[in-house]
Amino acid sequence: MTPERVIETRGLTRRFGAVTAVDALDLTVERGEVVGLLGHNGAGKTTTVRLLNGVLAPSAGSALVLGLDPAADGVALRRRCGVSTETPSVDDRLTGRQGLTFFAEVYGVAPARVVARVDELLAAFDLSAAADQRVGTYSKGMRQRLTLARALLHEPELLFLDEPSAGLDPVAAREVDERIARLREAGTTVLLCTHNLAQAQALCDRVVVLERGLVVASGAPSALAADLGAGLAVRALLGAAESHDVRSLLTGTEGVEGIDVVAGDPCELRFEARDQAAIAASVRTLVRAGVEVFAVERQVPSLEDVYFALHRGERRSREPGGWAAEASGSTAAAAEASGSAAAGGEERT
Amino acid sequence: MNLRAIRAIVVKDMTVLRHAKAVLIPLIVVPLVLLLVLPALAAFAPALANVPGAGNLTDLLESMPEVMQVRLAGYDQDQKMVVLLLTYLFAPLYLILPLMVASVIAADTFAGERERRTLEALLYTPTSDLELLLGKLLAGFLPAMAVAWGGFVVYAIVANVAGWPTMGQVFFPTWMWLVLALWVAPAVAAVGLGATVIVSSKVSTFQEAYQIGAAVVLPIVLLVVGQAAGVVVLSTAFVAALGAVFWLVAVVLLRYGARSFRRGELMARA
Repeated sequence: MTPERVIETRGLTRRFGAVTAVDALDLTVERGEVVGLLGHNGAGKTTTVRLLNGVLAPSAGSALVLGLDPAADGVALRRRCGVSTETPSVDDRLTGRQGLTFFAEVYGVAPARVVARVDELLAAFDLSAAADQRVGTYSKGMRQRLTLARALLHEPELLFLDEPSAGLDPVAAREVDERIARLREAGTTVLLCTHNLAQAQALCDRVVVLERGLVVASGAPSALAADLGAGLAVRALLGAAESHDVRSLLTGTEGVEGIDVVAGDPCELRFEARDQAAIAASVRTLVRAGVEVFAVERQVPSLEDVYFALHRGERRSREPGGWAAEASGSTAAAAEASGSAAAGGEERT
Repeated sequence: MNLRAIRAIVVKDMTVLRHAKAVLIPLIVVPLVLLLVLPALAAFAPALANVPGAGNLTDLLESMPEVMQVRLAGYDQDQKMVVLLLTYLFAPLYLILPLMVASVIAADTFAGERERRTLEALLYTPTSDLELLLGKLLAGFLPAMAVAWGGFVVYAIVANVAGWPTMGQVFFPTWMWLVLALWVAPAVAAVGLGATVIVSSKVSTFQEAYQIGAAVVLPIVLLVVGQAAGVVVLSTAFVAALGAVFWLVAVVLLRYGARSFRRGELMARA
């Protein structure tokens, strides 16, 4: 294990009776990376975090986190890790300050530093004004900020964030995202469990998609998205035109396929172009034929597209070395993993 | 052993308790009744015994076994009644205090923590299972002993003040009561903790843990009834032996409870 590798698992498995929550997970996280664990409820994300912190023992396989075996060195490991849980971290009957002070003591923040560190985090997370109010009076966003502050009290080397935006309104969720982005800029290694695909796409260097405990895909969000479609998905808005006219105009244009036209005013055209030249050729063909072209948009598959494609199982991994097949410990699931370019993020050409 | 973390858990749990009405109310009302109202009323026992139709106390006195009659021999009739009530009959009731305080707090700190869903964050802390358990046990044991011993002092004062018109002397505490307070009360608190830890590992809410855990009060109820019926007569030696039995039970319950207090199992249920 290189010194820069902070998480490395081999065949990590956890079973609860007949249910396999985490199934032969091979996962690596390098220092300074923000890695997203994606998946539905019950996919195994939270169980993975618990295994990596030594609060659950694995049924099989092994893990090294910060060079320590979580199952054997849990106490030493947890001193160096911070975990932001989805469940409340501070009792409603304590004040924010009391809650943070308690965790600062338990995490071994130097006694002389406790007061200052708690004040510092309360200020950093905009909770100073409410520091001496009971947590029961806090809004959900404030509680989430308090949970993040609690996870950072002892300045951990590795941070686990379990659904940090769950249940938050858009403003509060954006605030949390900004905090995570700052942590990323500061070089903190983060394992982010989330349902929020936009958040994962924006914040993560790599994502690992879990389904029923198996890894079904892993890689950089952009790489996964790029791998999803063979060509460039294009959407255009045209002046009123008969759909069969547009279709017949473009049929036969080199590098263009998958033509789909929805008649109307404006008329919506979708097709897949092999490259940018094919897009330009299509537009030229339409204009020469007198079709009014209002807009042409190149649609970039998002992580959401990848995610839903994986879960729909619409398309098979195209090649053995493809991203789906690379997903460790998941050959069978990877074979089922598939995707097609769906509507996603848009990039105007 | 991370003593700082243990102390932090104790302080945190006690701080939480100060704001928990459901926990605090029984912790205030029951000691008030047992330590203030009952001994104060005992002062009126001789007067009550003289009220027509209220001859039960005199009957009770006369129905006591011979060994008790011998112990009370040096007192007049009114004094016998006061000593019988304050020194002997109320003694088992005193044990309810450490038992109840320990059980209520333990139910709140073990099962209540899970019910409030704050347990998960605690399990992620760099503490061992033993440190967590000790912190939680002490958070129940220390208040239980504070109430028991503080209550013992209050009871002694109230008993002597209320009994003064009849007794004309300081007659309390007795050696039996000292053994009861210093040896048996901690054992009873430990029994309450052990039982509640075990129950808390099987249930999900504070109420369930408290109600099922309250079953450990039965031996104390048996003592009360046994003494009133003249079947059991408390003495210093009997109380010392009783304490040893309670400690034995406490050790067994706590060892079993500690086995159920495993991080992995708690996390799986958190």
